[in-house]
Amino acid sequence: MSRSVRLAAGVGATALLVTLTACSSSDDTAGSSAAASGSGSSARLSGTVTVFAAASLKESFTTLGERFEDEHPGTKVTFSFGGSDSLAASITGGAPADVFASASPRTMAIVTDAGDASGTPATFVRNRLEIATLPGNPDRIASLKDLTRSGLKVVLCDKEVPCGAAAQKALDAARLTLTPVSYEQDVKASLTKVELKEADAAVVYRTDVRAAGDKVRGVDFPESADAVNDYPIVQLKDTQNAEAAKAFIALVRSAEGQKVLTGAGFLKP
Amino acid sequence: MPGKTVTGGAARPPRVRRLRGSVPVPLLLPALLGLAFLVLPLVALLVRTPWASLPEQLTSAEVWEALRLSLVCATLATAVSLVLGVPLAWLLARVDFPGRGLVRALVTLPLVLPPVVGGVALLMALGRNGVVGRLLDDWFGLTLPFTTTGVVIAEAFVAMPFLVISVEGTLRAADPRYEEAAATLGASRFTAFRRVTLPLIAPGIAAGAVLAWARALGEFGATITFAGNFPGRTQTMPLAVYLALQSDPAAAISLSLVLLAVSVAVLAGLRDRWMTAS
Repeated sequence: MSRSVRLAAGVGATALLVTLTACSSSDDTAGSSAAASGSGSSARLSGTVTVFAAASLKESFTTLGERFEDEHPGTKVTFSFGGSDSLAASITGGAPADVFASASPRTMAIVTDAGDASGTPATFVRNRLEIATLPGNPDRIASLKDLTRSGLKVVLCDKEVPCGAAAQKALDAARLTLTPVSYEQDVKASLTKVELKEADAAVVYRTDVRAAGDKVRGVDFPESADAVNDYPIVQLKDTQNAEAAKAFIALVRSAEGQKVLTGAGFLKP
Repeated sequence: MPGKTVTGGAARPPRVRRLRGSVPVPLLLPALLGLAFLVLPLVALLVRTPWASLPEQLTSAEVWEALRLSLVCATLATAVSLVLGVPLAWLLARVDFPGRGLVRALVTLPLVLPPVVGGVALLMALGRNGVVGRLLDDWFGLTLPFTTTGVVIAEAFVAMPFLVISVEGTLRAADPRYEEAAATLGASRFTAFRRVTLPLIAPGIAAGAVLAWARALGEFGATITFAGNFPGRTQTMPLAVYLALQSDPAAAISLSLVLLAVSVAVLAGLRDRWMTAS
C-alpha cells in the first residue's frame, strides 16, 4: 500500500517538478524565506519524511515534525532518534532515511564520506554541555571538578558518541580525569540513569536538562564553552521524498524552526 | 555371534535405503533453504573478517578484558541458575500445588520477554532507587547497577529459565518410582533427591546448564540497561561488539568472530550429552 501511495505522490510531484525545484533551491540559501515558500508548496508535498536525528533533538524535532505535518497536510514525518554514531552506521548500512541531523560534524562526516549525503551539511544549531544532578542537588555539585569526588556515581556518554567526545574535551580543558560508573550509548541513556536516581550526576547537553524538567537539576560549568557541539543537517542521497526532505530541512533552518530550537536551549549557529 | 550379525545385516540396510530414497522434495528444499538462512550470515562474517589485522585486533587489552568478563560472568550466572533453578524445577515437576501452571508461566517469562524490558524491570526492582534495591542500599550500602554483580544478575535473569525448563522436562521423564523406592527404604525426601534424583537427571542438568551458559554469554539488552557499560567491569563482549560497530566495524567483526568461535566450541563439545538428555 505504501508503495502505491508513494507512486501517486511521485506522479503528482513530477507534474510540478519545475516549480518545486525553483522553490527548494531558494530554501537552501535563505532560511527565513523558507517558511513562506514551504507553506506555498504545501499542496504539493505529500508522503513520509523519515528523519534520523541525534537523541538530543528529540523534543524540539518532535515539535517541528508536528508543525511540518500541520503546514503540509498529507505529509507524515517519522523520526528515529538515537546516538548519532549508531544512526550514521545505520545510514551507511542502507537504512531508508531522507534527512540526517547529527550532534557533531565528525559523525556527519561518516555519512558524507560514504557518499550517502546529497549536498553539503549545514550547521543549524549548537549545543553546550551541562551537569545534570539529582533534584535539589543533594551532593552539592557546583563544578566539573566536583564530579571527580570519590563515592560519587557519575555517568558519561561513551567517547564514540558526540556528547561523550564533548565531555572528554571539557575534561581535558579542565585537566581533570574522571572515572564514571558507566559509558552510556547515547545522551538520553545517560540522563535516564540520573532521572532514575541510579547515578548521582551525568554530563549531558543543556537541552536535555531543560527537556527533563524538574526530574533533574542542571549545573553550568565554564569548561563547557570549550566543548560546544555543532549540529549539522543534510538531505540523504537515497531519499524517497526529496522535496519533502528539503522542505523539512528548510523548516528546521527557518526563523520559526530556530525559535523552537533556541526555546529548547540550543544556541544559534 | 555370526548368526546375530547376519540377521542384523539383513534387516538393516533396506530400511536405511528406503529412508534415504524417500526424502520428499517439498521437505528437502525448504530444509536446505532453512540451513542456508541460518548458516549464511555466519559464513558472511568469516568472509568479511579482516584476517590481516585480526591478530592485532584480538590481542588488545580491551578485547581480552571483555572476553574474560564475559566468560566469568556467564559462568557465575550459570552457577546461580543451578543453585536456584534446579530446586525450582524440582518443585514444578514433583510437587502439586495450586497455581503451578501460573508459576511455570512466570518462570519462563524471561524466555519471551525482550531483554531490554528485563533490564528495566531489574532496575525497578534492584536499582539503587528500586523496590528492593533501595533497602539493600539503606541497610548494607549495597548497589547493584554498574557493577559486575549487576551483570551476573542480568545474565542469570535471562538464562535461568532455560535451565529450569530443561531440568523440569528431564524430571518429568524420569521415573518417580526410584525416589519412592528410596523413601520406602528409609531415605528422607531430601536424601532421595540428593542420592537418587540428582544422578538420574544429571544429563538434563548439564544440558540446561550449557543452554543457560550460552544464553548468558550472548546477553546484551538486560546487561546494558541494568549494569551499564564500563570496560573491565560491566563491558561484556556483546556490549563491546555493539559499541565497536559504531566507530570501527572491522573491530566489531573480529570481536563477533571470537564470540562465535567460543559458542561453537561449547555447543560442539557438549552436543552429544545435550542431545541424549532430551
